[in-house]
Amino acid sequence: MTSGTSSPLLSIRDLRVTTSNGFPILHDVSFDVEAGSIVALVGESGSGKTVAARASMRLLPKAIKPTSGEILFQGRDVLTMSEAEIRKVRGAEIGMVFQEPMVSLNPALTIGAQLVEGLRLHEKIGVEAALERASEMLARVKIPDPAACLSAYPHQFSGGMRQRIMLASVMLLRPKLLIADEPTTALDTLTQREVMEIMVDLTRTFGTAVLLITHNLGLVAQYAKKVIVLERGKLIETGSVEDVLHRPKEQYTRTLIDALPKRDHDRKPLAAAAPLIEARDVEVTFSGAGNMFSTAEKKLAVRGVSLGVQPGEVVAVVGGSGSGKTTLGRAMLGLLPLSGGDVLFRDRSMASADKVAARDFRLQCQLVFQDPYSSLDPRQTIFDIVAEPLKHGPKLGRAEKTERVKEMLNEVGLSGLSERYPHALSGGQRQRVAIARAVIRNPAFVVADEPVSALDMTIQKQVLDLFRRLQENHGFACLFISHDLGAVSRVADRIVVMQQGLIVEQGSTGDVLDNPQHDYTRALLEATPTLGIAA
Amino acid sequence: MIRQPANMLIGSALLIFIGGMALTAMVWTPYDPAAIKLISRLKPPSAQFWLGTDEFGRDVVSRLMAGAVQSMTVATLTVAFAIIVGTIAGLVAGYTRGTVDRILMVFSDALLAFPGTLLALGLMVISGPNKYGIILALGIAFTPSVLRVVRASVLSAREREYIEASRVIGNSEFATMFHHVLPNCTAPIVVLATSMFGWVVLAESGLSFLGLGVPPPAPTWGNMLSAARTYIERAPWLGLAPGICISLTLLGINLLGDALRDRFDPRMEQK
Amino acid sequence: MNALTKYIGKRLLWTLPTLLLVAVMVFFLVRMIPGDPALLILGDDASTEEIAGLRASLGLDQPVPLQFLYWLGNVVRGDLGNSISNGAPVLPLMLGRFQVSATIVLVAVGLATLIAIPAGLIAAWRQNEHVDVAIVAASTLLMSVPSFWLGLVFLLIFGLNLGWLPVVGFVPFSENPWTAITYVILPIMTLMLIEVGVLTRMMRASAIEILRLEYVMHARAKGLSERKVLLRHVLPNAFAPTWTMIGLVLGGLLGGIAVLETVFTLPGLGRLLVDAIFARDYPVVQGCLLFTAMIYVIVNLIVDLCYPLFDPRVTAS
Repeated sequence: MTSGTSSPLLSIRDLRVTTSNGFPILHDVSFDVEAGSIVALVGESGSGKTVAARASMRLLPKAIKPTSGEILFQGRDVLTMSEAEIRKVRGAEIGMVFQEPMVSLNPALTIGAQLVEGLRLHEKIGVEAALERASEMLARVKIPDPAACLSAYPHQFSGGMRQRIMLASVMLLRPKLLIADEPTTALDTLTQREVMEIMVDLTRTFGTAVLLITHNLGLVAQYAKKVIVLERGKLIETGSVEDVLHRPKEQYTRTLIDALPKRDHDRKPLAAAAPLIEARDVEVTFSGAGNMFSTAEKKLAVRGVSLGVQPGEVVAVVGGSGSGKTTLGRAMLGLLPLSGGDVLFRDRSMASADKVAARDFRLQCQLVFQDPYSSLDPRQTIFDIVAEPLKHGPKLGRAEKTERVKEMLNEVGLSGLSERYPHALSGGQRQRVAIARAVIRNPAFVVADEPVSALDMTIQKQVLDLFRRLQENHGFACLFISHDLGAVSRVADRIVVMQQGLIVEQGSTGDVLDNPQHDYTRALLEATPTLGIAA
Repeated sequence: MIRQPANMLIGSALLIFIGGMALTAMVWTPYDPAAIKLISRLKPPSAQFWLGTDEFGRDVVSRLMAGAVQSMTVATLTVAFAIIVGTIAGLVAGYTRGTVDRILMVFSDALLAFPGTLLALGLMVISGPNKYGIILALGIAFTPSVLRVVRASVLSAREREYIEASRVIGNSEFATMFHHVLPNCTAPIVVLATSMFGWVVLAESGLSFLGLGVPPPAPTWGNMLSAARTYIERAPWLGLAPGICISLTLLGINLLGDALRDRFDPRMEQK
Repeated sequence: MNALTKYIGKRLLWTLPTLLLVAVMVFFLVRMIPGDPALLILGDDASTEEIAGLRASLGLDQPVPLQFLYWLGNVVRGDLGNSISNGAPVLPLMLGRFQVSATIVLVAVGLATLIAIPAGLIAAWRQNEHVDVAIVAASTLLMSVPSFWLGLVFLLIFGLNLGWLPVVGFVPFSENPWTAITYVILPIMTLMLIEVGVLTRMMRASAIEILRLEYVMHARAKGLSERKVLLRHVLPNAFAPTWTMIGLVLGGLLGGIAVLETVFTLPGLGRLLVDAIFARDYPVVQGCLLFTAMIYVIVNLIVDLCYPLFDPRVTAS
């Protein structure tokens, strides 16, 4: 295709990128992407992987500038091209798929208009013919009704669908290189797999090389040939996926690999006991937003679920978005009204409980939220956040209280940060604070709602390990809600799989993972990234 | 980024200047702003009268200073009224939802169905032109916007998981509202209060210009301009100074408002 | 399309209660004015019988809710009563005056929008560069000047010092279009300049917001030129909030135009209201309040109905 067959498609040489006030973001990074291959660029948030990718298209924000080095695309330096030249490369030669499917399509234009736009910019083609091509491409990314999709607006599609539409929009021009910036991070496990499969299939057919930016080594193992590891703007390690993942040379790479979910040891089985908390035929209905002109549509989110949790047991509830798992967790804590069934706590019905019993129940239960950015009050210090639950329950003196909070912060590894505010903390640290707040009052029952899914893989592992340690030390029972079987396998005694408001399978962690019975469980399991190497 | 301190600096400087003018006027003005001296009618600016005299021979500088007192008092009291009433109503509406919320919203919708100054104009018909009537009229006219903003930020704060967390901890609804919801609504309230101060200065001077605000002989920038309109051919200088005072006040408020808005931008906080 | 019709229907239906609310407010506002309307109409030397008679014929001896319904019935039929000062029916009087105010406001806001869109867009695109600083400074300055003062200054400069334009008066368009224009140029220019400030800042703020979003990056990654990115992807999305702002500005101006009409001695609706307030001509006051508030409601309705053109998402949910 290009003049020199041996020269790589994209070659980054000693690239240094700094902010306008001189702070370096990339330190002399060099790597190649060969035509038609899949290369993974791996690192955690802040490693500079996105900056490296955007620099290749010269799409960096104004405040960030490459200061030295070169970015050769098909032998020509992207950094020295004229504005007109680079625009010919963008879209036509290098395509880019972004992380957030919710904001990567223009809400004011139809899908058709956005797809045709790029095509007509780079090729001499009529509107009719362009729409025809767009429709074909939508069919290839498995959009059910391509013709209807063309005249629809982005807000009418789910995240997974939008990401496929994005992919169609980019692949329509058959670029030689596709830069995929965390293309599936915002999606749940099943959708993630779907989108990845389509992407790999499409790029292979078109002979498009892929630069896959991700923090997920499971995806790398599954799809990539070559891997480049970045840490804080420095290139740590590069090589074939086999070499790097199975024979990592650097400690940092090893940490990343360790973070992948694997079942190191199953937990000791618990002796059978009466359940601490039990859901009996729980039903929860959501009424849509009604108004004075139309009666609201009712939707069953949980459709008759029965589930018991023993003291000290960790039960994982697993399912995709819309499975009702989060709703079940909230309902068991009494945060959502039940439309049917009952919740029993220590054999007492909570549906018919009086105020005193309800408050007593409330004080013995806690919740850990998914989003560590919104679950902490931005105007409280870490100390105040963790201390607040102690206001209720047994009275403590000031010194005792301070002692207790310090102990707790120490236990979650945040001892030096008690006077900080949440915005000064990283996502992982914030989640530790949230966990400390939940555990400080020694609750009997904790619901953890996707506590790690917003975090990087290495941080996920640390937080999960912490959670497990706390659970073992304090012995609380737990309902662990997740869409990720990988995360679950580290902490759960028992797994419950939910789909569309119903339990479709349940059993001990070992049984469910080794011998899944339901198709949905098998699909989830298959979609979970592990370190198997791409065929 | 570069402009933000400049906004804050220039804005505060302008407001300190106007505020200082008002404070000085409370104890001292070059001449008695109300003293009528027909011999020195419509004198152009001179060493004796820096900005000339008006149709009754009153010193314009003294009247400007006294006008600042009027504008600042009316604006401060009006904003205080609207913020206090609006915040309480907004908190109650946003937090209780249900019937109370609906009733409050109907009231605020009814008031908001009138373009701002029109409602004040209508209310002035009832009270007749006087200083406290104008404070009440403008206060009532601006309260629904405060209610709206507070209610909206209460509602968005309620969606935040830390509010649910507070409930899970066992805090009462009241404690949650005061410890977690209210503190997180202060930024929009402060920003709104700032811009409202500007609107009130403008509305008050407009009403006074029409003769429906603070009645003469009390000098206000608005009624000074109204007189200037009559004598525009014979004494054009009368029209300049009051307008410049109003503009400087509004400019100060707008710059300060921008600075505050940048400062309270949640995106800034995330960083 | 179904979602769209549903949105339009809902929005139309919601207008009715608002209009009713406005009518209630206006009715009670005027009722709260101290003094007996009958006494006011007949003057101080009317006899007790005359007053009682008029009270009966005005329905003032009926219970208040009935009075309201009676009044509302008349309003719906277009009967807003007669002016006390000259006996003319209120509605035609207002319509004539409204034409003057509406022309000035619409032309001024239209021109302001045409200037504000490119100015705001360019400022956002070149955020924190010299162009942006200049545009923001200029629009903040314009926003801070009261309209009646700017009008006064224009009168001084163009009317008195340069003598280019007439200082006092108004000529209807139908009489002599050319002279009519010379009388409205200054008020239009004044209003336009002030609204340019507000709208430019609004446009800039929402464009900055949009420029941060990924689909703008995506548009650039497709190879679109900056001009196309701005026109096709930033402008329509950034215009939506500005469009709502235009509705508010239009309505606000209708309420606040009295001051400008006073400066330029224009026979507009605002001036009619203020004169009626001074003359204690309550039927006219009531009519003007009701009419202006209804116009405001209708302007906002039109703005909302056009909104899906800029942001199709509003029809969802």
